[in-house]
Order: sequence, then structure tokens, then C-alpha cells
Amino acid sequence: MDGKQLTISEAHKLLKDKQISSVELTKSCLDRIEKLEPQVKAIVTITADLALEQAKQADRMIAAGDCKPLTGVPAMIKDVICTKGVKTTCSSKMLETFVPPYNATVMEKLYGEGMVMVGKANMDEFAMGSSTENSAFFTTRNPWDLSRVPGGSSGGSAAAVACGEAIYALGSDTGGSIRQPASFCSVTGLKPTYGRVSRYGLVAFASSLDQIGPFTQDVTDAALVLNAISGFDNNDSTSLDIPVPDYTKCLTGDIKGMRIGVPKEYFVEGMQKEVEDAVKTSIAKLEEMGAVIDWNVSLPSTPYALAVYYIIAPSEASANLARYDGVKYGFSYKDTDNMWEAMEKTREIGFGPEVKRRIMLGTYALSAGYYDAYYLKAQKVRTLIRREFDSAFEKYDALVTPTTPTVPFKIGEKTQDPVQMYLSDVFTIPINIAGVPAITVPGGFAEGLPIGLQVIGKPFAEETILKVAHAYQQATDWHRRKPKI
Amino acid sequence: MKLSKEQVLHIARLSKLGLTENEVEKMSEQLSNILENFEILNKVDTTGIPPTAQPNALTNVLKDDVVKPSLPQDEVLANAPQRDGDYIRVKVVLE
Repeated sequence: MDGKQLTISEAHKLLKDKQISSVELTKSCLDRIEKLEPQVKAIVTITADLALEQAKQADRMIAAGDCKPLTGVPAMIKDVICTKGVKTTCSSKMLETFVPPYNATVMEKLYGEGMVMVGKANMDEFAMGSSTENSAFFTTRNPWDLSRVPGGSSGGSAAAVACGEAIYALGSDTGGSIRQPASFCSVTGLKPTYGRVSRYGLVAFASSLDQIGPFTQDVTDAALVLNAISGFDNNDSTSLDIPVPDYTKCLTGDIKGMRIGVPKEYFVEGMQKEVEDAVKTSIAKLEEMGAVIDWNVSLPSTPYALAVYYIIAPSEASANLARYDGVKYGFSYKDTDNMWEAMEKTREIGFGPEVKRRIMLGTYALSAGYYDAYYLKAQKVRTLIRREFDSAFEKYDALVTPTTPTVPFKIGEKTQDPVQMYLSDVFTIPINIAGVPAITVPGGFAEGLPIGLQVIGKPFAEETILKVAHAYQQATDWHRRKPKI
Repeated sequence: MKLSKEQVLHIARLSKLGLTENEVEKMSEQLSNILENFEILNKVDTTGIPPTAQPNALTNVLKDDVVKPSLPQDEVLANAPQRDGDYIRVKVVLE
């Protein structure tokens, strides 16, 4: 196993055939973690003892003939997903010691499959950021080049899967927080349709945009994890009661006759030439495989998406983060008898600069006199963006775009200018605004740095985008390349 | 749209967010810069367009009010910064 990173399906086969035990598999991931963490720093909390206990349990399940696709397979969980009895920090001082009294629904579902959790992954504080540089603890490094960011906010999850610290990971995606780091670390990342996966137990950032999804080494694995975590949940009133198909069934490799659109607004001035070229080459590959490509699709409201996002997401965040008052849980400033002062100091010390910036921005956009000009206006433009996707999907089965405008940037390169940082999510944000599903797959390299290809589908058409992305991986080997670390 | 220091302090008060002198200074500059980027939305004609609050157009999702066990009190209170028996201790609210 040394040197070879197993996919979920490969690990499952070995476990099922008793050629390897879950304990052995888990130990190999823990060894990788011990060896690589000093350099990569993907993990906030390593749960080695718990993982080995869960691995033993999984081995008992397997011995009893109960080997589901994820049974005994080690995974990393973004530290924004509540794990009962295991610290869930959101990479924030505010929750540095917080131990959730319950599991998120996705955790209950995965534990039901016999999962093994090896750790909680680093992220930008409260999932706000594009590089993990906003983590209150440390910055995760890109396994492809340690001087560069892994992307964010789920940078720890992406880096961990890229370098084999775990076989798959869960992240959350509010404006690109799964897809942008997946692209930067050259792994497969899926943001499901809004309402496909329960968010009960996901620490809330922007409730009309957040979704949980998988990081995996290929599309088949993404389908396997999606099978396990999807479905209606009574505890999440925004999840939809739509049947969950077996997402592996659509992976036929045959995309002949599929109609694929290429929106021209996703090839903008200022994007990196190598990224544009690689993505166009990838699309030509899909055409070769029999897809019918329309290179001239237009989604005219795309240039407004970034502004819409940076009004709506901070507005919702300012409301969601009001709960951190130092009273019920989390950091608490105690050096005063005045209630308001205690609250303001708790939030001054507990939150980092980007979280403060977004709370301020959101409060401003929602405040008397500005609500109509900012929040309501953004919600209206949101309608236009969604409508444009809806009408595009009347003509096309899927849309294909670059995932990010550039390859991973240097640590420190964008920290002084928030707007420059925000721009790295310009191709992923419109998807959350519309609430549609999208997947990113490795689509090439520029001087050794990863490039991602994004496939977007209509609501609840995960099967369609998985099919296209899977077919692409049948014809390419980008996803098999691993960082030399 | 340039945000004055007074405006920054006003928003901070609304957010119950303490800011250092340095942060107030920085925030006024950075927020102004971000708000400038929002002006692009003025170019979009949204006459007659309804707002979207969330993508699935669900309204008033109801469920039966079934009595179920709550989380154990001890486990929930375990995270409280200041605990007093089965209570969370808070600062004086009304003086």
C-alpha cells in the first residue's frame, strides 16, 4: 500500500476480500498523517484513538458479512461539521474548546455505514475565505507546492485527500468552498443541489447557500459518498424529499449526444492563459467523446454574481453568527460585570478579521436605510441569475467551465486585499446563488500546479454531472497524478 | 460610498462587535472598497423581478409536533462558560 493511494472502491474491494483490514488501512492513513502533517498542516484535531476503535468495529462488521461501500474506509471531516464528543472548532478561537453534544446528520449517516474518522480538517474561520489563511490556528499548505495555498475554505479536507492522509473527506460549500480547494489540490469535489444533503449539525454560515459535499480521488468515489449522505431529513427543513438514486448507476462512460454548453462569461479577461487553454482542451475532449458542444452560451448576469454573493452571504452570516455571545458555549470574556461589554469583548477577541469584516458588511447591508439598496437588490439579481441557469438547462444537459481563474496562489499573496481574495471564487459563486449542483475534476496542470474543470447541472441532476465528469476521467489521467510529497 | 469612522462604530454597535482603534481605521477603508464593488448592481434593471430568499422556493415547512427526548442536560451544559448547577450563569441583565 505504501506509495499508492487507494480510492474508496479499491479499498472496499480489498476490505471485502479480506486482503486488508480496516485497522491496517486506518494505520496507514495515520502513518501518512504523522509523516506529512508537519509540512501540510491539514488537520486541527487528529482522532487516532477513535479511528482505531471505529476501525475495529468496522472489521467486526465486515467479518459478519456487512461490508458497505464506505465500511472501514478512513475519512477526514471538515471542522465545521458537528461530531459528538469530538471538538468542532470551525478553526475559530470562538469555538476552540467546543465539543458538540450531538452528531450532524451526515455523521450519523456515515457512522451507519461503518465509517472511520481520522481527523477534523482545518479551514478558513467559520468557512469564510479561499485559502485557509483565515484559520485562527494555522495555514494549510498545498501538497503540490508547500509555498502555495490549498484553497478554501475547505482547504484542509482537500489537502488531506490529495496527499493520502484520508481516502475521502467531507467539506462544505457556500460560494466554492469545496470546488475551489478541490481544484487547487487536484482532487474531485462535489457541491450537491441545495436541499440534497441535510445540513443539520453543519455550523451555519449563509443558510440559503451552504451545502455539504465530498472530496474524493475520483468521480466514482464521489458518487459512493453522495449515496451515503443524501436524502431528506426531518431536522433540516430545507432538505427536499426527493428519492436518492444509486449515483454509481449513471457512470456509463457514454456521453454521446449529450448537449453541453460553454458559457462565455466564464472566460474572462485577467484569467490565467494556461487555465483557459487547459479547460478548452478538456471541452474538446468531451466533444471527441461524442458530446455536442455549444461554445457560445451566454449567462449575461454572471458578472453580477460576486456582488450578489458578498451582500447575501455576509447578511446571512451576520444573523447566524449573532449566536456567539459568550453565554451558552464557546469563548467568553469574563473580565467585566457589564453584559453588553462582555458580549462585545467576547466577539472582539473570539472572531478573526475576515469574520468581523463579514459581520460588519452584513449588518450594514441589512440596516435601516440600506436594506433595499443592498440586500433586496441582491435578492432580485439572484432571481435573474437563477432564471438564466433555468433557461440554459432547457437547452443543455450540463454546462462546463473552469473552476477557478488561476492555479493556486502563493501564501500571503492576497491577504492584504479582500477583494482580490474574493475574486478567486468568481466561477464557483454563481452556482451557489442558483442552488444548482456542480462538480470539479482535475483538468490538467500549469507548471506542476493543478487546474480544475467544473461541470454544472440543473437542480437534482447530480447523475448528469457525475456522468460527464466520470466519462472525462475515463479519457484522462489527471486525477491519477499525485503530489510528490 | 465611503464609510466614515462614525458609521463603522454604529454598525459595530448594531453587531455587538468590539473593534480596536486600528480595526476601526482598517474597516472603514476595506468596507468602503468592498461597497464600491457592489455599485455594479445599480446597472441591473430589476423592475418587476421578485426577490429570491433561497433557491428551492419552499415556504413554511411544517412538521407534526411530536414529543421526543431532548439532549441530556449535562451534555448540553458541559459547554457553558459559567455554570451554576443546572443553570447557565449570565451577567446581570436588568440593574
